[in-house]
Amino acid sequence: MRNFEYTRAANTEQAIAFHAQSPSSFLAGGTTLLDLMKIDIMRPQRVVDVNKLPLNRIEVLDDGRVRIGAMVSNTALARDPHIVRHYPVLSQALLSGASTQLRNKATTAGNVMQRVRCGYFRDGVSPCNKRDPGSGCSAIEGFNRSVHAVLGTSEQCIASHPSDMCVAMAAIGATVHVQGTKGARDIDFLDFHLLPGNTPWKEHALQDDELITHIVLDAPIAGSKSAYLKLRDRASYQFALASCAAILAIDGGRIRDARLALGGVGTKPWRAKQAEAALIGQAPGEAAFRQAAALALQGAHPYKYNAYKIPLGQQAIVRNLHTLIA
Amino acid sequence: MANQDRKHNAGNESPSGDALLPAAPTRRNFLKSLGASGIAAASGNAFSQVAADAARKPDGGQTTAGATHTVRLTVNSKPHTLQVAANAVLLDVMREQLQLTGTKKGCDQGQCGACTLHVNGVAINSCLSLAVMHDGDEITTIEGLEKNGELHPVQQAFWEHDAFQCGYCTPGQMMSAVAILKDPHIGADDASVREAMSGNICRCGAYKNILAAIQTARGKTKGAA
Repeated sequence: MRNFEYTRAANTEQAIAFHAQSPSSFLAGGTTLLDLMKIDIMRPQRVVDVNKLPLNRIEVLDDGRVRIGAMVSNTALARDPHIVRHYPVLSQALLSGASTQLRNKATTAGNVMQRVRCGYFRDGVSPCNKRDPGSGCSAIEGFNRSVHAVLGTSEQCIASHPSDMCVAMAAIGATVHVQGTKGARDIDFLDFHLLPGNTPWKEHALQDDELITHIVLDAPIAGSKSAYLKLRDRASYQFALASCAAILAIDGGRIRDARLALGGVGTKPWRAKQAEAALIGQAPGEAAFRQAAALALQGAHPYKYNAYKIPLGQQAIVRNLHTLIA
Repeated sequence: MANQDRKHNAGNESPSGDALLPAAPTRRNFLKSLGASGIAAASGNAFSQVAADAARKPDGGQTTAGATHTVRLTVNSKPHTLQVAANAVLLDVMREQLQLTGTKKGCDQGQCGACTLHVNGVAINSCLSLAVMHDGDEITTIEGLEKNGELHPVQQAFWEHDAFQCGYCTPGQMMSAVAILKDPHIGADDASVREAMSGNICRCGAYKNILAAIQTARGKTKGAA
């Protein structure tokens, strides 16, 4: 690993002030940043350690929303009794990601900021527009079976977003609270991650001077059930080929409210609003679920080795919705 | 504690750094001397210079920024004050500065679990941590599991169940196992243990015996680390 200037921030203001002095990276759990620094993909001259920041609390707000500190570990969030009870989809998504040790290190904000697992991004030599803007995308014509998307891709990048947690948050609805030199602002979770388009190196809506301080979950939908289903090459410790976060509220044999988001198949955590709308008012069951699944993957663009993700993504939706009415 | 450390120093993987005694003829010292002379004899100056640099610096990285940081760690109940470079990885500092070579470097990128140790009682991958991030932390490595010459119940169970072949992943497996057995959120059934242990890869495929060892150790870990 190249060396760098290291600073430990005691509070948010200090972290932002250090960061503003010259370009640097915030270091939280380190499971992405240090990994990518070791293989020389990320090369910060300065690192601001935010591990001592007092942002490690989970608070239930008066209006039913839940405010999660940026530094809350993935393990702590997954095991929090309020999350387990009111947002099972989030707890399940977190526990399906990475390994016990990595979840102990990884943080809520760090999970949101994690980078893609595309082998061409990580190899340091292949053309990759994320790593070396303008050099091209090796994955489009290359080996694109497992960590490449069919939704939200562009001619410049097809890497899928690797997070499970973010898929659950996209379904629940959330707000990302950020703080910068000019003050604090809120970003809708669905607007936080950016589609690759013609600028795949721009992955999120943060300005250079901004730090994520909290993520606030929308209040749970009254009377709803939720679940996360992750399909992958092995039973544990593997990124999703396709995954589904689903929330369903049923009244009098009809679907009152529905939320669907997909992982593994999109270039960002993929909320399927059109499919949700099609479920409202329907009788829950195979027919309605199939229709929603077809809508969710409508317009998907298959590549040489990942066309299977279109039926697999649909199947993840159907199977997961069935678990909610079982 | 001093007695324990001395006992470790007399073990098979004996470190010589802290000991007042001359280096014992151990496997590690033998390999070290063979490595240095072998490389010098077999290759040009450029390569031996690289090897020498790598041996001097934790992680073998460039140190352009140059500044070192003071880090206070309590490792296996013993306090240490260390000077480390910003880019010194916790795993490398354990192995090379503290000579605690029980913690293994496998993939070095958070994918195999060989480097698992405990920070403030929580199992983490030490290859994805900087030493400087851990100022004030309490660290337990595999060397810290046994107490007063008695193997930890997890170590004893691994021994009894032959839960390894080559043994390289074993320290990481045992550190994960100890943490899992103490975690009330992780179920006692085999499937829950397998899931919780999935961050520790064993290329010899000793998983069946590892699982059996963990389940045997369950209930015998009260009062242990």
